[in-house]
Amino acid sequence: MRPILLLAFLAAGCADVWNDPYPAADRGASVLYTAFLERPKHLDPVQSYTEDEARFTQQVYEPPLQYHYLKRPYELAPLTALEVPKPVEIEGGRFTVYTIRIRPGIRYQPHPAFVPENHALARVRVDALRSPYDLPLGTRELTADDYIYEIKRLASPRLHSPVFGLMAEYIVGLQDFAERVKKFDTRKGEWLDLRKHRLEGVEKVDEHTYRIRIKGRYPQFAYWLAMPFFAPVPWEAEKFFHQPGMAERNYTLDWWPVGTGAYMLTENDPNSRMQLVRNPNFRGEAYPAEGEASDAKDGLLADAGKAMPFVDRVVFTREKESIPYWNKFLQGYFDSSAIPSDTFDQAVRVSVEGEVGLTEEMQGKGIRLRTSVDTTILYLGVNWLDATVGGPSEKTRKLRQALAIAVDWEEFISIFLNGRGLVSQDPLAPGIFGQRVGREGLNPVTHEWKDGAARRRPLEEAKKLLAEAGYPDGRDEKSGQPLVLYLDTVGRGPGDKPRFDWWRRQFAKLSIQLEIRDTDWNRFQEKVRKGSQQLYILGWNADYPDPENFLFLLHGAQSRMKNQGENTSNYVNAEFDALFERMKNMPNSAERQKIIDRMVDLVRRDVPWIGGFHPVSYGLAHAWMGNGKPNNMARNNIKYLRVDLDRRAALRREWNQPVLWPIALILLFVAAITVPAFMAYRGRERKAAR
Amino acid sequence: MIAYILRRVLYAIPILVGVNLLTFLLFFMVNTPDDMARMQLGQKRVTPEAIQKWKAERGYDKPLVFNGAEAGARQFTNTIFFEKSVKLFAFDFGRAEDNRDIANEIRTRMWPSLALAIPVFLIGIAVNITFALGMAFFRATVLDLTGVVLCVAMMSISSLFYIIGGQYLLSKLWHLVPISGYAGGVDAIKFVVLPVIIGVIGGIGSGSRWYRTLFLEEMGKDYVRTARAKGLSEPVVMFRHVLKNALIPILTGVVVVIPLLFMGSLIAESFFGIPGLGSYTIDAIQAQDFAVLRSMVFIGAVLYIVGLLLTDISYTLVDPRVRLN
Repeated sequence: MRPILLLAFLAAGCADVWNDPYPAADRGASVLYTAFLERPKHLDPVQSYTEDEARFTQQVYEPPLQYHYLKRPYELAPLTALEVPKPVEIEGGRFTVYTIRIRPGIRYQPHPAFVPENHALARVRVDALRSPYDLPLGTRELTADDYIYEIKRLASPRLHSPVFGLMAEYIVGLQDFAERVKKFDTRKGEWLDLRKHRLEGVEKVDEHTYRIRIKGRYPQFAYWLAMPFFAPVPWEAEKFFHQPGMAERNYTLDWWPVGTGAYMLTENDPNSRMQLVRNPNFRGEAYPAEGEASDAKDGLLADAGKAMPFVDRVVFTREKESIPYWNKFLQGYFDSSAIPSDTFDQAVRVSVEGEVGLTEEMQGKGIRLRTSVDTTILYLGVNWLDATVGGPSEKTRKLRQALAIAVDWEEFISIFLNGRGLVSQDPLAPGIFGQRVGREGLNPVTHEWKDGAARRRPLEEAKKLLAEAGYPDGRDEKSGQPLVLYLDTVGRGPGDKPRFDWWRRQFAKLSIQLEIRDTDWNRFQEKVRKGSQQLYILGWNADYPDPENFLFLLHGAQSRMKNQGENTSNYVNAEFDALFERMKNMPNSAERQKIIDRMVDLVRRDVPWIGGFHPVSYGLAHAWMGNGKPNNMARNNIKYLRVDLDRRAALRREWNQPVLWPIALILLFVAAITVPAFMAYRGRERKAAR
Repeated sequence: MIAYILRRVLYAIPILVGVNLLTFLLFFMVNTPDDMARMQLGQKRVTPEAIQKWKAERGYDKPLVFNGAEAGARQFTNTIFFEKSVKLFAFDFGRAEDNRDIANEIRTRMWPSLALAIPVFLIGIAVNITFALGMAFFRATVLDLTGVVLCVAMMSISSLFYIIGGQYLLSKLWHLVPISGYAGGVDAIKFVVLPVIIGVIGGIGSGSRWYRTLFLEEMGKDYVRTARAKGLSEPVVMFRHVLKNALIPILTGVVVVIPLLFMGSLIAESFFGIPGLGSYTIDAIQAQDFAVLRSMVFIGAVLYIVGLLLTDISYTLVDPRVRLN
C-alpha cells in the first residue's frame, strides 16, 4: 500500500491539488470542461442527427442559418448568410426558390485538406500520422460551391443521410441526382467527385450566392437551413480523407470535421476525450445585443457586440457513469452538469408550495440552476388499428377518454421525475406556435379549470365514460369478462418494477387489468412497425420549432404500419389529415392558429395518445460560468459561453485540498497489524530455540 | 514439446469455430440485421430503403447460415456467418458498425487496459501471497482466524461496493486522486492508482484464502517436516520450500489469466473512465455492434487458449517431473 500512495504523491508532483484530472499545464488556461455520456457515431454533417453528435458538429460546421441564442420564441438568424432568405414562389406556386447569400471573406479552419500536396500522400506517411493535423495546414475562403456540394452529398450513394428521403420530396432533382450518381458510382475504391454531376434544383449564382428550388411550398425548409445537413463541406476534405490508409487509421470526414465555425476538432478519441480548439481563422461573430426582457437582468447582455468565442479550448471527457460525473462537477472539474436522478435530492429542493430551488450545499458553492422545458413530448400511445382500444367508434373513444382521465401524469412526474415535467394538454410542445397556454390551452376531456389551475377531472367521470364504453366496473357488459389491456414497453431492468406497478395501479383505478409486455428495444420497434402493439410509450424531440413537426406525428399518411412513417399510433382522421395538409405550409397567422385549434380539438376528442408530458431539463452551472442560457433548438452554444478563470482556479483549490490524516491512519493500521505479528513470530522463534 | 504445442494449436481451430458459431447464433437470436441497421441509422426518419442499403453495404442482406438460393458450397459460403467468420481467422477484424477500424481500436485501447490490469495482477499476486503466507505461518492462531474471517467478509462484498466506496473515500472525501479519467504516458499513474488499489483490495479475500489453502497443504507434507527437523527457520521453510512447491497450483490460476489481461475489465473501466478494451466491449454490447463483439469474443477465446498452453508449458518449467507428450 505504501509504495502505491507514494506513487500517487509523485504523480501529483508539486500540484496544490492532487485530484485534478487535467494536465498541470492546463491550469489557468482558457478551457471549458464538460462531459459526454454517449460516444458520437457520426460527425459528418450529412449523417449526424443526434444531440450527442450535434454538441460537436455544431461548433465546427456552419449552416447558413442559426437560431437566435437569446430570443424566445425561437427565431432564425443568419449565421454565414447575410440574411434569412425569403422564399419566393414561382410558376404560380409550383416551386419556391430560396436565394442564400453567403458573407464574403469567411475562411475555413486550418486543415491539411487545403494543401494540394497532402492529396497524394504515401501510405507510409499516412501510417505514421498521429493526427491529420500533423501535416502542413492550409485554408481557403468559403464559397457557395461548398454548400452546393453538401446538398449533393445528401444524395450520395456512399452516405446515409437520414433526411435524404424527406429532402428528395422537396428539392427539385435530388432523387434523380441520387439515381444518376448511383449508376455512375461503379469504381468503389475511387473518390466520388460529386462536383461533376449537376443537381437541377440547386444552382450557383456567384461565388457567394446559391439558389435552392423546392417543389411547392415548404415554409419549414428555412429551419432545415439551420441544421448541419446544410452546412458547407469542402470537396478537398472528402478527397483528402479518401486516400489509401486514411480509413484504417480512422481518419475520415465522419470523424474529423472540417468547417468554418468558432472551433475545430483537434483531438478525437470518442472513447475518452474530444477537444475543440478555437479556430484561428474564425471571423469573430458578435455576441447578440437583443434577447428576452429578463436577459439584461440576468447579465446575458453584458457581452453584447463583443467578438466570440470567449473560450480558447473545450475539453469533452467521456463519463459513462453518473457517480464520477456528478462528483467531478461538485469538485469543480466540470463547469456545468445535468442532474442525475439519483442525486436529485442532493442538488434540488422542492418547497411545499412546489417552488424549485437549490439545496444549501449547492448554494454554498455558488452553483446556479437553469431550467427549461424541452421541445419534446413523451406520450402513452394507442394503436388505432387495435380492435379493443383503437378506431373511431364511440365505444373505443369513450374508453380512451376514460383512460386519459385515469392515468395521472401529474403523479407520474412527481414520483418518477422529481417533478421535472409538464403535463401535456395537446400534442404540441411549449413555446411552439399554435400551443395555447393557461385556461385557453386546457384539455377539457381530461382536465378542468379550478382555482386558477388545471386540475385532473374526477375519477367518477372516467368510470362513467367507461360504463358508456360498455365496460361497467371494468367488465365487458356482454360477456362479463374483465377488461384486460396490454402495454408494450422497453424494460431497463429490475428498477422498472415500481414504474410498472404504478402503471397497473392507474388502470386498476377503473378495475381494468393491465398486462405489461416488457421487451427489448428491437422487439418493441418490431411490434410498432407491424402494428401489433396495443398501448405503448414513445416520444418525439422536435427537429424545428414549428407545429407541423409535432402534428405530423398524427398525420394518416405518416402511419408507421402502412408507410413506415412517424405516426406510430397509426391514427387516421380524414378531417385532421385535411387540416394538416392545409396547415403545414402556412405561415404563422391567425388562420393557421384557427386550424391548429381545430386539429388539437380533434386529437383531444379522439385521444390517440392517452396523455403525456414534456420533460423539464434541470441544468447546473458553476458560479464562474457566464452567458449560459438553455436553447433546445441550437447546440452551437459554446461560442457564447464565458469562464471566469481566476474564480474557477481559486474555488477548485479551496474545494479539493487533500485530506492527509487518513494516510497516517492507514499507516498506523498497517503498523498495528505488523507489530503483533512480528512479536508473535519472534516469540515463536524463541520458543523453537528452547 | 513442439509437437505438443502444434497439436494444441490444431485443437484450437475447432474450438474457435465453435466459439464463433455460438457467438453468432446467440447474437442473431436477439438481434436481426434490421435491428442493427436501425441502431446505427438512428431512431428518426429511417426508411426501409436506408435499412436495405445499410445491410447491403455491410453484407447483412444475405441469409444467416444457409443460402438456399445458391448451389453447392456457396449455400454455406455465401452467408453472413461464413463471410464474417473467415476473416477473423486471419485476424482481419474489419470495421465496426460506426465505420471505425477495429484493429486500430484494439491496438489503441489495449494499452489503457494493460495499464490497469498489469499492476492489479502483479501487486494482487504479491499481496495475496504475502497475506496467505502470513495466515499459514500463524495457522490456528487468532491472527489466522481473524485473517480467514476477514477474507470471507471481503469475498462477500460486491466489487461495485469497492469501486463506489473507494471513489467516495479516496477521491470525493479525501481528494487524494482523480475520481475517474485517463491520460497516456506517465500521466496515467494518477488515474490508475485508485482502480489498482480497489482491484487489489477487492481480490485479497478470494486470492488469499485460495493461496492459504495451498500453502497449508504443502506445509503438511514430509519434506516440510524434514526441513524443520534439520533446524531451518520457519521463514526459510516457508519462502524457500513451501512457496516454491506451492507454485504449481498457483501457476494454474495465474498463467492462464496473463493473456486475458489484454481484454481489460468490463466494470472497472466503465466506472473509472478508462478507455480500454473492457469498456470497448460494453459499448459494443450497448450499440449492438456485432463486428466488435465477435472480434472481442474471438480474441478472448484465442487468448484463453494461449493462456492454457502457457500454463502447460510453465508446469514443465517449475516441476521437472512434468513432461508434455
